[in-house]
Amino acid sequence: MADTTEKPAVGHPGARPVPGDAPVPAPAPRRARFWRRLTPWLFLAAPLALLIAFTYAPIVNMVAFSFTDWDGVSPELHYTGTENYTELFTRSDLFEVFFVSGYYLAASAVQIVAALYFATILSFNVRFRNFFKGVLFFPYLINGVAIGFVFLYFFQDGGTLDSVLALFGHHSDHAWLGTPASANTSLAGVSVWRYLGLNFVLFLGAIQSIPGELYEASELDGANRWHQFRHIILPGIKPVLTLTVILSVSGSLSAFEIPYIMTGGATGTETFVIQTVKLAFQFNKTGLASAAAVVLLLIILAVTWLQRRLVPDDRVDLV
Amino acid sequence: MIRRTALAAAVGAALLVLPACTATGGTSKGADAKAADDPSKVTGAITVLTQRTDLVQDGTMKKYAAEFNKTYPKVKVEFQALTNYEAEVKIRMNTENYGDVLMIPGVIKKSDYPKFFASLGTVGERSEKYRFTDFTAVDGKVYGQSPIGVMPGFVYNKRVWKEAGVTDWPITPAAFLADLKAIRTKTDAVPYYTNFAAGWTLTSWTFVNGSVHCDPRATTKLAEGDPWSEGADLRVGDTLLYDIVHEGLAEKDPTTSNWEASKPRLAKGEIATQWLGTWAIVQFQDAARKAGVDPDDIGFMPFPAQVGGEFCAVVSPDYNQAVNVHSKHKEAARAWIDWFTDKSGYDQDNLAISPRKGAALPEVLKPYEDAGVKLIELDDSKGADVKLIDTESEVGINTPDYRQDLVDLARGARKGTLDDFLADLGRKWTDTQKTVGS
Repeated sequence: MADTTEKPAVGHPGARPVPGDAPVPAPAPRRARFWRRLTPWLFLAAPLALLIAFTYAPIVNMVAFSFTDWDGVSPELHYTGTENYTELFTRSDLFEVFFVSGYYLAASAVQIVAALYFATILSFNVRFRNFFKGVLFFPYLINGVAIGFVFLYFFQDGGTLDSVLALFGHHSDHAWLGTPASANTSLAGVSVWRYLGLNFVLFLGAIQSIPGELYEASELDGANRWHQFRHIILPGIKPVLTLTVILSVSGSLSAFEIPYIMTGGATGTETFVIQTVKLAFQFNKTGLASAAAVVLLLIILAVTWLQRRLVPDDRVDLV
Repeated sequence: MIRRTALAAAVGAALLVLPACTATGGTSKGADAKAADDPSKVTGAITVLTQRTDLVQDGTMKKYAAEFNKTYPKVKVEFQALTNYEAEVKIRMNTENYGDVLMIPGVIKKSDYPKFFASLGTVGERSEKYRFTDFTAVDGKVYGQSPIGVMPGFVYNKRVWKEAGVTDWPITPAAFLADLKAIRTKTDAVPYYTNFAAGWTLTSWTFVNGSVHCDPRATTKLAEGDPWSEGADLRVGDTLLYDIVHEGLAEKDPTTSNWEASKPRLAKGEIATQWLGTWAIVQFQDAARKAGVDPDDIGFMPFPAQVGGEFCAVVSPDYNQAVNVHSKHKEAARAWIDWFTDKSGYDQDNLAISPRKGAALPEVLKPYEDAGVKLIELDDSKGADVKLIDTESEVGINTPDYRQDLVDLARGARKGTLDDFLADLGRKWTDTQKTVGS
C-alpha cells in the first residue's frame, strides 16, 4: 500500500508527500491550523444543533417539568421537589399497566422467532424470494395510524377477520376487542404484523453478510440446514439479535400507537405511555406525566443495561 | 479524550441555557377588547381558530367572512381549523401566537382567563343581552361568548320508536328501559348505540347533570357533595347507561363502534337511540339526506325524568369565543365575535339555541315547546372547583375513561358490581374535595 500519488495541497506549501507511511503534515501556519481544526465542527454544527434543539433540550425540559406542578399551559408553575416521583412510586395503580406490556413482550418473542425463521429461509435460494421479502417488509412501511384504522375494521363484528374465518367454515361470534385478554392479544398481534418486517430485514441483512464459503465448507463436512443455522447463522448474527431483543423489550414497555388509536386504552389495554399521555392531556398533570416519562426512560435504560450484563456482546469471529 | 470532555461540557452548557428560552408565554394582564363605534373604521387582519374543520374545508366559514366584510370592509379574516382542537391549542397557548379569536379550551383555569384573553365587558352589561355570561366571568368581567347554546338529549329515530309502539316520551329511567326492550322485540333496530370507541360520545352522559332533578345549582352540588350518592344526578345517569348495556339493549360489540357510520345507521333506522345533544341533530339530518331517507325521522327527547310533571333540560354554552390578550387587532377581533354571535346566523344554520336572551327556540325543538319542557341554565360559580376536583382526583367526568369502564363492567368484560364501582368513584371524588380545600 505505498501510496505516493498525493499531491501537495494548494495553500499548504509545507505539506509534502511522504512515500510509504501515512503523510505527516508539517506544522501549518496558525491560521490554517485553526481552520483545519474548525472544519469538522462546521460540518457537525448543523446536525448537532438539530440534535440539541429537538432531542436533548426537550429531554432536559421534561426532566425540569417533572419537578414542578405545571398543568401544561398556565404561565405559573411551582417547584415541588420530588413530590411527583413520590406520588408515582406510592401509587401502585400507576404501575399495574405494565402487565399489559407482558402481552407485547410475549408477542415480541413470537415476532423474533418468526422473523428469524423467514430470514433464514429466504436467505437460501427460494423461488419468488424477492416477492416474499417485499410481502414481509411491506407492513412496516405503512403509517401506524393507518394500520390502527385498518385493523379496527378488521376486528369489527362481521369484519374482515370474521369473514375470513367464515370462509373456512368457522362462524365465530367473538368480540375480538371485547375482553381485556382478547383485546390485548389482538393488539399485540397487530404489533407483530407491523414490526415483523423490520426484524426480518435486520436479520436478513446480517445473514447475507456471512461469507458464502462457510456454507460450502460446512456442506463438504456434511452439515445439513439445521447445522448451518445453529453453527454459522446464529453466531454470525448474534449482535443484531441482541439489538433486536433490546429494541423489542423497550418497544413492549413503551407500546403506544396501535392501542391508542384502536382502543384508546379502554377495556384494559392501557399501556404506560397511554397512561402518561392521559395524565398530561386529560388531567393536565404535566409535571406528574413528565416524571412518569422520566421513570419509563430509566426503566428502559436499566433493562438494557441488565441485558448487556447477562448477554455480553463479545466480538464474533466466524473464520 | 480531552476533546470528548470538551464536547460534553459544551453540550451541557448549551442545555443549561436552553430551558430558559422555553419559559411559558407572557403574563400581561387585564386588557379589554372594546367594541368599535364605527364599523367602517375597524381595520386589521385577524386569525380565527376553530374546531370546525368541516366548515373551513367546505367553504362555509369563508361565506361567513364575506358576509362579515359587508359590515366591516377593512377587516381581513382568516381561519385556522385544528383537528384535535383541545390538545393543539393548549400547546400553542404556551406562546403568544394563538390567533386573534379562539375558543377557550377546557384546560385553561378560569382564574387564568385574564392572562390569556381580553375582556369583552362587565357581567352587568353583557348579561342583559346574552346568556351564559357567568361561564366565563372572572371578577365581574366576561372573557368569552358562545355563539350557540346546546342542550343534551337523546337523538332517536321516530319511525322506529313508533313501530315499537311507543308514542310518548318515557318519564322514568325504568320506562325508558321498557321502551328500549319493546324496540328490541318489535323491530330489527339496535335499541341503543353507545359509540364506545369514539369515547367523547360517552362523555356526554355527564350532561345529565341538572336535568334529573331540574336543579340550576347542580354544579354546586357536584363541587360540594358525592356525585354518585343515592339519587344524585350522575348516579341516575350512569345507572341508566349501565342498565342499557347490562340488559343487552346496546350494540353487540361496543369496542369496534364507529361514530361516522352511526349517523346514517340511525337515520335509516338500524339504530334507534343515542344520548348526544342538540348540536348533533343537524349532522344526523344531513346523514339522512345523504342516505336518501326522511330527515324528519330524526327526533330529540329529554332525559327520562320529571319534576312536578315537567321534563327539564339544561341549556349550556358550547365553546366560548374569546379574544387573544396578545392580539394586535383587538377591535377587529371583538367585531368578529359580536357579529358572529348576533348576525351571522350560525345558530340557525346549526339548528341551535341562540345565545341572545329572548330569542325563539329553533324549529326542531318545537316538540319541546309542545311538551312544556322546562329549560334551565346551571349556575357555574363553582364550575372551576368541579374542574379542579375532577382533574386532581383523575375521575374524569369530562373524559371518556370511567364510562368506558362502566360499559365494560355492564357487559361483563370487567369484574365487580355497579355499586362498588360508583362508590369507588365517589370515594376518590370526596377524598380530593378535602385535599383541594374547597
